Amino acid sequence: MHNWEWRLCRDGFGEALLELGEKDERVVMLGADLSESTRALWFKERFPQRFFSLGIAEQNMLSAAAGLALAGLIPFVSSYGVFLSGRAWDQIRTTICYSELNVKMAGAHGGISVGPDGATHQALEDCAIMRVLPHMTLVVPCDYHETRKATLAVANMVGPAYIRYGREKTPVVTAADTPFELGKAYTMRAGDDLTIIANGYMVSQALLAAEELADAGIEARVINMHTLKPLDTAAIEKAARETGAIVTAEEHQLIGGLGAATAEVVVATHPVPVQMVGIQDTFGESGAPEELLEAYGLTAADIVAKARIALQMKTKS
Amino acid sequence: MNEVDLNDICREVRCDILRMTAAAGSGHPGGSLSAVELLVGLYCKKLRHRPQEPDWPDRDRFILSKGHIAPALYAVMAHTGYFPREELLTLRKMGSRLQGHPASMRLPGIEVSTGSLGQGLSVGVGLALGAKLQRKQWRTYVLMGDGEIQEGQIWEAAMSAGHYRLDNLCGIVDRNYMQIDGNTEDVMTLDPCADKWRAFNWHVVEIDGHDMEQVAAAYDTAASTVGKPTLIMARTVKGRGVPFMENVAAWHGKAPSEAELAEALAHLAATNQ
Ligand SMILES: Cc1ncc(C[n+]2csc(CCOP(=O)(O)OP(=O)(O)O)c2C)c(N)n1
Ligand SMILES: [Mg+2]
Repeated sequence: MHNWEWRLCRDGFGEALLELGEKDERVVMLGADLSESTRALWFKERFPQRFFSLGIAEQNMLSAAAGLALAGLIPFVSSYGVFLSGRAWDQIRTTICYSELNVKMAGAHGGISVGPDGATHQALEDCAIMRVLPHMTLVVPCDYHETRKATLAVANMVGPAYIRYGREKTPVVTAADTPFELGKAYTMRAGDDLTIIANGYMVSQALLAAEELADAGIEARVINMHTLKPLDTAAIEKAARETGAIVTAEEHQLIGGLGAATAEVVVATHPVPVQMVGIQDTFGESGAPEELLEAYGLTAADIVAKARIALQMKTKS
Repeated sequence: MNEVDLNDICREVRCDILRMTAAAGSGHPGGSLSAVELLVGLYCKKLRHRPQEPDWPDRDRFILSKGHIAPALYAVMAHTGYFPREELLTLRKMGSRLQGHPASMRLPGIEVSTGSLGQGLSVGVGLALGAKLQRKQWRTYVLMGDGEIQEGQIWEAAMSAGHYRLDNLCGIVDRNYMQIDGNTEDVMTLDPCADKWRAFNWHVVEIDGHDMEQVAAAYDTAASTVGKPTLIMARTVKGRGVPFMENVAAWHGKAPSEAELAEALAHLAATNQ
């Protein structure tokens, strides 16, 4: 087991926003009554003139952000992922993405690890409904450092972008100086027997799974697929060719998520067995985060089990 | 039941809310405590319902649009016999029927799952239209938070209820002037709040939402109002009944510690003279 430090991804978001606000006067922020939880409060306290409280009104907030972008500003909006991506989906689709407006979205409370608030607050479909939108950039960072870097990176590009992360602390598996490039997968561990492709919290579980497999003499490559769109198709194709079997792991519905996106690339380039770890077409429920992760099959052990199936399929074919 | 008995129930419900959230280690005591009289007045006095037969077709419908105050609703439901009071302490625990936000597929008596703010009044409009179409006598009640009515959908629903003169629909706004980020008027101004509803063709009754007599009278007025939906604008105090929680935004979504629970329960017991 690792001695990982556990930190909040949203702290990385909040700190990046302070850096951005300092550097660029065009950076503004909008909030929908969740300022403290989303860390928008930090920006509000430092740059009160550039923070707009919109009340509990996500649809208005997203379209107003579109207007701010049209006025030449760089608006960041944040809320819980369910309400940000879901409630305002049409606003994001038609007003923001179709017009390619420079709006940056941060969806907190992604995944089942949101815990006791239950199904209503656990964003499990957000990646699917954001990924499907043309012109969207979608990042699912794995830890505090990566969330900070992702936030800085999306500010540096022009066009709509969405960053998705969880509520709870996650293991810090990258370092402050780990390279981060939008659209470029990061290989966390070398290996040629199979590849585990993960994002978000599941990157830590993938690393643990790889260690367990290594004990059994199986060398797994671990790819941190932090950018879900544009997807690093080259890294996926290479993994398929070089390792011949893939397991994906995400804290999200399997339908429309990282697993599905990976499979789309694999079947079109170099078909090999793909096994997926994720939420299986069901809503979540109330419970402690660890309990839920286990009950819904989102642990290192679940990745190991899928890896064994993928390896079996690989040797048969 | 007279108002004195109802006030006793309110005190017990407040104790339950505090015990439940403390046992869960999370939850929303502030907005639960502000709506106690509104819920008790409805469930114990006005609502035509059969707790032993939750899907009785002729029941009045209640929708908790501000789903985060599930603890208050569960406590009142337990008091009126929907399920045993012991079950209250399973709130937010794995496998419990008492989900963090009300889940209709788990708990009989919940009409529709809520927790995403701003949608309940629209469901109420549909229920009320459905009742009228089928000449049913049952009525529909929808409880909203004041922060919640910043959602645009609330006003779409308000417009349609006014348009269809849904006098079988009663909306209740828990006007505690607080939401997560602070005072509602700082976050996004709502006042003149009652006038907004009037402008949307609602009959508006403004009351002290902690005065059981006024609460009961408001529900009676709603039932006897013809040709318009009724909106009860209930002035309340968030965290009501627990001095250290009253009007403190931080108690929106935080559970009391053991010590805080003891202090709160002791205070509530002392007011029982
Ligand atoms: C659509 C949506 N946006 C945001 C939230 C998060 N949220 C939960 S409660 C709340 C504040 C509600 O304030 P209010 O309606 O005044 O409730 P009360 O004061 O009665 O607790 C917020 C923003 C949500 N549940 N749904
Ligand atoms: Mg309120």
